[in-house]
Amino acid sequence: MTAKIVETNDTPFKLIDVDTVTVDIIENSLRNVREEMDAVLFRTAMSPGIREQGDCFPMVANRDGKMVVGQFGSFIHGFLEAYDDEIEEGDIILTNDPYMCNGAVSHLPDWIVLVPIFKDGRHMAWSAMFGHMSDNGGMVPGSIPIKAETIYQEGIRIPPTKLYKKGELQQDILELILHNVRTSEWNRFDLNALVASCRTAGKRCVEIAERFGDDTFYSTMQIMLDRNLEAMRAIINMIVPEEPQYFEDYVCDDGVGKGPYKIACKLWREGDVAIFDFEGTDPQAKSSINFYMNEEMFKMFFGSFTINLFDPGILFNDGFYELVDVRIPEGSLLKPKFPAALSGRTHALGRIFDVMGGVLGQGAPDAMNAAGFSDSPHLFYSGYDKNGEWFQLFQIGFGGVPGRPVGDGPDGHSLWPGFTNVPNEFIEAYFPLRIVKYEPIADSGGAGLHRGGNGLSVAYQFLVDGQIAIHDERWLTYPWGVRGGEPGMRSTKRLVRADGTEEWLPAKCDDVDVKEGDVLYFNTWGGGGWGDPLDRDPALVLTDINRGLVSIDGAKRYGVVVSDGQVDDAATETLREEIRSTRKDEGLFSFGGTIEEIKARSLEETHLPAPVSPNG
Amino acid sequence: MTFRLGVDVGGTFTDLLLVNESSGKTYMAKVPSTPEDSSIGVLNGVARICDESGVDPKEISKVMHGTTVATNAVLTRKGAKVGLVTTKGYRQVLQVARSFCPGGLGGWVSYVKAPLMAPLELTIEADERMGADGESVSALDVGALKRDLEALKATGEVEALTICLLNSYVNSAHEHDARKVAESIFTDIPISLSSDVVPEMQEYERTETTVVNSYVRPQVSTYVDNLQSSLEERMGGEVSLAILRSDGGLASGRASGESPVNLLLSGPAGGVAGAIYFCQRGGFDNILTFDMGGTSTDVALIQNGEARIRRETRVSDVTVRAPSVDVRTVGAGGGSIAFVPELTKALRVGPESAGADPGPAAYMKGGDKPTVCDANVVLGYLPSDVKLGGAMTIDRVAAEKAVQTIADAVGISLMEAAEGIIKIVNEAMLGALRLVSVEQGYDPRDFALVGFGGAGPLHANALGVLSGSWPVIVPPGPGVLCAYGDATTKVTDEASRTYVTRVDEISSDEFIAALKELRQKASESFAADGFSEDDLDVQYQADIRYAGQAFQLSLNVTEDQLSSEGLAVLTNEFDKQHEQLFTFAHGKDHEIVMIRAVVKARSSLQADLDEVGAEKSNLDDAIIHDTKFYYEGAWYDASIFERHKLGVGTEVPGPAIVQEMDSTTLILPGHVATVDKVGNLLINPA
Repeated sequence: MTAKIVETNDTPFKLIDVDTVTVDIIENSLRNVREEMDAVLFRTAMSPGIREQGDCFPMVANRDGKMVVGQFGSFIHGFLEAYDDEIEEGDIILTNDPYMCNGAVSHLPDWIVLVPIFKDGRHMAWSAMFGHMSDNGGMVPGSIPIKAETIYQEGIRIPPTKLYKKGELQQDILELILHNVRTSEWNRFDLNALVASCRTAGKRCVEIAERFGDDTFYSTMQIMLDRNLEAMRAIINMIVPEEPQYFEDYVCDDGVGKGPYKIACKLWREGDVAIFDFEGTDPQAKSSINFYMNEEMFKMFFGSFTINLFDPGILFNDGFYELVDVRIPEGSLLKPKFPAALSGRTHALGRIFDVMGGVLGQGAPDAMNAAGFSDSPHLFYSGYDKNGEWFQLFQIGFGGVPGRPVGDGPDGHSLWPGFTNVPNEFIEAYFPLRIVKYEPIADSGGAGLHRGGNGLSVAYQFLVDGQIAIHDERWLTYPWGVRGGEPGMRSTKRLVRADGTEEWLPAKCDDVDVKEGDVLYFNTWGGGGWGDPLDRDPALVLTDINRGLVSIDGAKRYGVVVSDGQVDDAATETLREEIRSTRKDEGLFSFGGTIEEIKARSLEETHLPAPVSPNG
Repeated sequence: MTFRLGVDVGGTFTDLLLVNESSGKTYMAKVPSTPEDSSIGVLNGVARICDESGVDPKEISKVMHGTTVATNAVLTRKGAKVGLVTTKGYRQVLQVARSFCPGGLGGWVSYVKAPLMAPLELTIEADERMGADGESVSALDVGALKRDLEALKATGEVEALTICLLNSYVNSAHEHDARKVAESIFTDIPISLSSDVVPEMQEYERTETTVVNSYVRPQVSTYVDNLQSSLEERMGGEVSLAILRSDGGLASGRASGESPVNLLLSGPAGGVAGAIYFCQRGGFDNILTFDMGGTSTDVALIQNGEARIRRETRVSDVTVRAPSVDVRTVGAGGGSIAFVPELTKALRVGPESAGADPGPAAYMKGGDKPTVCDANVVLGYLPSDVKLGGAMTIDRVAAEKAVQTIADAVGISLMEAAEGIIKIVNEAMLGALRLVSVEQGYDPRDFALVGFGGAGPLHANALGVLSGSWPVIVPPGPGVLCAYGDATTKVTDEASRTYVTRVDEISSDEFIAALKELRQKASESFAADGFSEDDLDVQYQADIRYAGQAFQLSLNVTEDQLSSEGLAVLTNEFDKQHEQLFTFAHGKDHEIVMIRAVVKARSSLQADLDEVGAEKSNLDDAIIHDTKFYYEGAWYDASIFERHKLGVGTEVPGPAIVQEMDSTTLILPGHVATVDKVGNLLINPA
């Protein structure tokens, strides 16, 4: 490592035996630290993105930079290799550049704060947290320009920089950074909140060490890492076969005419080690949809998903990384070369979860879910309100959670931890728009024994002229169903002008002018279905009809015939027989057709032309 | 002579406390609860306590009651079938529930959503729209609503109706229009308007809160009405029934029937009120309360004799916008089960609980899982050779057998396992104490710690060691403290509304006028219940934040302060507290989010409760017998003392165990307990 950590006390930490009860107590205390980090941030942050939507992620790492508590894995190792300077007590480091921290944050709007924790002159641990800032400067409000071709167009790049030196705020640097963003006060507050949160974590770690002893604290972190290592060793042997499994899924388009982009993944096990190989993934895009994927972060995704299936109670950490080998080809969508644009990485990032589900599911089909709301599509609306004041709204969309072994997917929900919608009354009070409809779309969830959750239809009526930008997905490829479940319905964006004319907007676009009175129907996609829809109890289908979640017509996908508010048992029996005898077996996955078939039907079905293959 | 009666209905027991209002003399009774109709238990208790005390029921003028009727309706999901009217386009507001999936990354995989309290089958839309600025965008389509409500009525299912329309927190006119239509169709069921129940921004939270109000309303009304009339039969028509609200105030029976959503934490609020009562009289204004029961533990922070109030109430996975004492609950109690997960070999305790049935292994009621209670038995903290007040027999062998399974799974000795279980459960409770103290910017060492509830006094001394909060206080009757709280609180009501205004955009006069309007509204229920204006105290509050921030503080303010110092009295205090909490203050862009007036009736209690013998006792006279217990790896000889034989000023050196009707206090080696002038046991390091 090239970073040098300056300690005024050179007594080494000792690895000692710690009894189980003490380990469990310290583990519990560290869990509380993480929760307190979130609490401090939510309460002090100012932008709706962080305080209402919870777009932020805390972490505590041990002295070596291994994440002991958190959810997105540690980047500190990569950071320390890249950072060529001394780090002292009281320093606080800020960065947002994915290329400078090995993809720890994956686009510039995510600002990450890193705090080394010292006790009695010895470096003991790290705390870190990143949050999505409302704006990072650059080509478009919100700083996620689709058309950007290099990262230089995506706003200010902050290399790892000391925001505080020995406890002193570097005011000049802060002002320089904030000068470059459109929402400087929100960012100032949010950054303060990130720092307050990391400092709180530092304080708590010192308190824990004071109470139990420095060596106990140090050793316990190691024991916690070992616990995860052993648990994951067992899990990997249980669910990853030695025989390679292969799965591919797609990002529909890049916003500039090419797509769909394939993400290919092969998985197999050698001894205790699971190998994920992304060979065959399509080349990097010209636009900003590239996802500079941190291998360690992927390991974390893998670990936290699988461990949830076996023991949701465990405090998850980095300890098992040696058991996972992630291989990503250079120059691909998942490992683009500098200075490729990265800001629109959310689609590929989200799709990784579907890919992981698909490739792991083949080894453990009983535990697998359908494809779901694996993205955070967004809408930007900006301009000047009637008082001439600048406004800038960032809205994350929510959709259908997939059908799962435990049951139906919730409607219009989030797959991301902690995310919630911004209350519509809040938006209407602070921004010049009215949300005239906010409801799940009937029949948009894939039919299945367990129904996919419905996508959400949100109708935004703009009350002043302005501009919108959209980042959306799954308009072309389907959220697939599994084990006989059907795919969910795809997304659409229909803009109805005040004069009554209509247009279908592409899934990814910037700089679309809107006028007062225009209404945008932003319809997200539904989750895939799980299991054979013909096995679903007709009474449940009727309930869904009465709840407006499935239509009478849509019930026929379940082979259920409803008339006069009742299930027609005989007609249902007949219809189910008919479907059974004519349908063809799709196997484990239902993709809604091959890519060629889907592209051929594109214009007719989606009102948008099919994109051109990125490979030729 | 007049008497007042405090009544707390818990899951297992109904506790009663009869107080002579002029002398302060008290009588206590404990009878089994009757969950199918808890008023039966209450009346049994009334009969018992009057019989035992010789007090004529007709002498009881006030019954003050903490009830879990509303809580249980929510917990067991056995409330009313609620019909809901939303704004067009918002029928699914509860179904979407702000899109939130709990749990971390991948939490959605196992998330199972609870059924809605207002089912979608019974939810209809009203064609109307109110703007965020309070201007009507389109008027209510009365004809369409009438038709849809008639169809709703025709289902024959709706037992309570809720109307929650968008932006009604700014202008409730459309909700009132809709109520008019609804009243002409639903003539015999309660109708709740969101603008009445919780006139606050955020459509999901407001809808959920109003729906929960409707959900519990029929049950609570029936219960309150029945209880009132049964009490009148026994005590005469003059008796007044008041119910303890989640925020620690009392509401008349009538008022609580209309807004039962305010009663969801009635139970825990009673305990906090009781703790405040005894601690204040003992001279302790700053306390942390710690109420440990069978399945969970409630903690709260009290500053200057007042509980912190939070604008939110949580019962299991239901969260509503109703004020409640800021009680944090952890799923750790005497019945919490210890286990060792196969993959990690860690020792975990809870949140699963053996509950009352089958209960801990030591209770011999069919339970065989190792619980916190069993660990207490193994360690000798709960002596197996003393008969408990609850007439429970304790089997030490069964407890040892259960805890041994943990010892074997981890590979440690029986006693180490038992101590491990206690340490881990204590740590979970310490976590809750930190949540209300350290995380709010308070140092627990500046507070005394009050332990009560069935298991609180057993763990209180150890929690004092962990938190550094001294003295540790065990009030008289720690197992029936809620009934004390019920009997000693005041009638309270409040009115609030969303204000959302920049401080620099208003004058203090305008602000005072808005507050006075709320005072008027909050006083209405008192007038209806026969209080005169002179009996009332008012407290004004403003929730303030930096514009755009999610965090806000509720600050108290008086009319005098506002007149003399202007609105700066609020902004300065906010900056100060913000700095204390988060190490920075912004100093500008203050926004007032909510305002409210809290009105309290003055108490009619003329004497303090009398709970303790005036004379210092001879310690030897209080010994029941000798025992031994295990602590920090060693056995200690100790005596068991009878609490009611310990008079004022008596000192009990640890190691010792103090026993009373339904509770056991553990005094650890190196500590000493002193009986203070009101009967509290004060435990301090020796």
